[in-house]
Amino acid sequence: MRRDVVAKLRQDGGWYALLLPAFLLLSVFYVTPILQVLAISFLEPEPGFSNYQRIATNLSVQRVIITTLRICTITTLLALLLGYALSYTITLAGERARRWWLLCVLVPLWISVLVRAFAWVTLLRRQGLINQSLQGAGLITEPLELVWNEFGIIVGMVHYMVPYAVLPMLASMREIEPRLLAAARGMGASRAQVFARVFLPLSMPGVVAAGVLVFIFSLGFYITPAILGGGKTLMVAEWISLQILDLIRWGLGTMMATLLVVTILVTLAVFSRVVNMRRLFGGGA
Amino acid sequence: MSVALELRGLAKSYGNFVAVEGADLAVEGGSFLTLLGPSGSGKTTILMMIAGFTEPTAGRLLLDGRDITALPPEKRAFGMVFQGYALFPHMTVAENIAFPLRVRGLGRAEREGKVRAALDLVQLMGFAERLPKQLSGGQQQRVALARALVFDPALLLLDEPLSALDKKLRAELQEELRALHRRVGRTFVNVTHDQEEALSLSDEVAILNHGRIIQKGAPAALYEHPRTRFVADFLGKSNFLRGVVREVGPEHIAVQCGPLRLRHFGAARLGEEVLLSLRPEKIALAQEGDNVLEGRVLSSAYLGAGHAVVLETPIGPIRVHQPAWRAAVEPAVGEALRMAWAADAATIVEDDDAA
Repeated sequence: MRRDVVAKLRQDGGWYALLLPAFLLLSVFYVTPILQVLAISFLEPEPGFSNYQRIATNLSVQRVIITTLRICTITTLLALLLGYALSYTITLAGERARRWWLLCVLVPLWISVLVRAFAWVTLLRRQGLINQSLQGAGLITEPLELVWNEFGIIVGMVHYMVPYAVLPMLASMREIEPRLLAAARGMGASRAQVFARVFLPLSMPGVVAAGVLVFIFSLGFYITPAILGGGKTLMVAEWISLQILDLIRWGLGTMMATLLVVTILVTLAVFSRVVNMRRLFGGGA
Repeated sequence: MSVALELRGLAKSYGNFVAVEGADLAVEGGSFLTLLGPSGSGKTTILMMIAGFTEPTAGRLLLDGRDITALPPEKRAFGMVFQGYALFPHMTVAENIAFPLRVRGLGRAEREGKVRAALDLVQLMGFAERLPKQLSGGQQQRVALARALVFDPALLLLDEPLSALDKKLRAELQEELRALHRRVGRTFVNVTHDQEEALSLSDEVAILNHGRIIQKGAPAALYEHPRTRFVADFLGKSNFLRGVVREVGPEHIAVQCGPLRLRHFGAARLGEEVLLSLRPEKIALAQEGDNVLEGRVLSSAYLGAGHAVVLETPIGPIRVHQPAWRAAVEPAVGEALRMAWAADAATIVEDDDAA
């Protein structure tokens, strides 16, 4: 048995060698900098845990963490809600309509995040389309504060995240056998009951996957919050860049970066459990 | 008699394609009806129209004389066993069976009592907490049956309920299904393409082809007196002899079939061209009878219970099924044999296009 493995390794050795350049590239340009970030967070300005102690003591550090978590949670919930409605519609649509829907969901992905953020600024600012139309209609007298605050950030982030929410949920919904839904109705369940008792539970794996994906993506968002937050509402990524590039506080910046990576890894660890749950449910009867 | 279902000119077409062509059918309360036909014959479409999943393009559907054509499926609430069972994979066996009760808002205690009774009915006590994927095909099938019967539906619809099972299990479950039907006394409507299943399970069989009900009747009546060539061919096997009526007597007619003059019971006009359906098992080898034919054995297959023999004769190849036990002869390829059949063995059938 063991000899077989060794023989196989020797036989396949040539192929493994082909992976070497990619492996080296990853270690030199990806793993090493991350380790360096980790090291700096413990070494600057002086060796020790001083940077990490600030999580407990420094108000500004706490505020940025809480703001980020709040924005990401709200963004995730809204993106899931909108994405679920979209995925549901696409799943139930006919073959032709489904293709158009998918295209509409995917097109935003091809547009630069910068362009989209500025588009939202032009729509949401005080003299923007929305405020002017509302004022023109006489619904409001003073323009609403729609941008350069948390609201603006969330609008931009949800818009960016909806396709990422749709894709895993759509995959999960399309695995649901239509016959199960018909069976449920045949047994006397109303449309609402079919949805609540059969469709929703069976689509949960996709919802969880989409939620984790959107949440992790949101945590590291930089451009959208930077533009739509107007420097007043800071999220983690912008805060890190501020510490390192403007305030030259490498220790603090790398500490937050490490915290971000750890949070993502922990979320992923939880996620992998849920994937097992999904296998537990199986792909149907 | 609990309930009678009636189809009046029920039709379904998709664009130019006619799936079901005006089906008229009356199902007696408490009986077991099977819709039998090859794939694409429209049998499943009829079942789906009865269940309410497919909207008919014309015709009416009556339950106990009440028009239910416009009712959505959840208002009809017929029990249904789907092809592949359609058990909910995220629910245990007990939750699956409780589903129809839960959506009706039954209380917990009542629900549990009925689920227990249903599990007992299909002999699955002790499996209540399993998930569907932890069950064998036959057990899943029984869960589907229990779930379809637990809310006392007026009608139980079965869509190819046994098609996913292997042959031996299928035979067992046929037996069980029949016993279950006797026990619950409900009206069952079954769809299958398996003629053996149709014959063994049903009180009545409706045979379909190309979206039309060709013939309906008790299994024995259908087998013995097929109305058309298609029915004779689809239910079991048959030889078809074409001939012209040359003589019409008080009891017999004489049919000229090639060089042969055959004596048969039946009514026909003189000079009429008729098609006779003759079952292979009604022909005896190496014996005398009303009609006698000489032939040469083309092939012979031993099937345990009997021999399936094909003989070359002056009127074309003829299939014969001969019981193997105490057979008069052991047919060998190339051997010349005499075969015979009684005057009442064949039936005159209409010549439709046999699939």
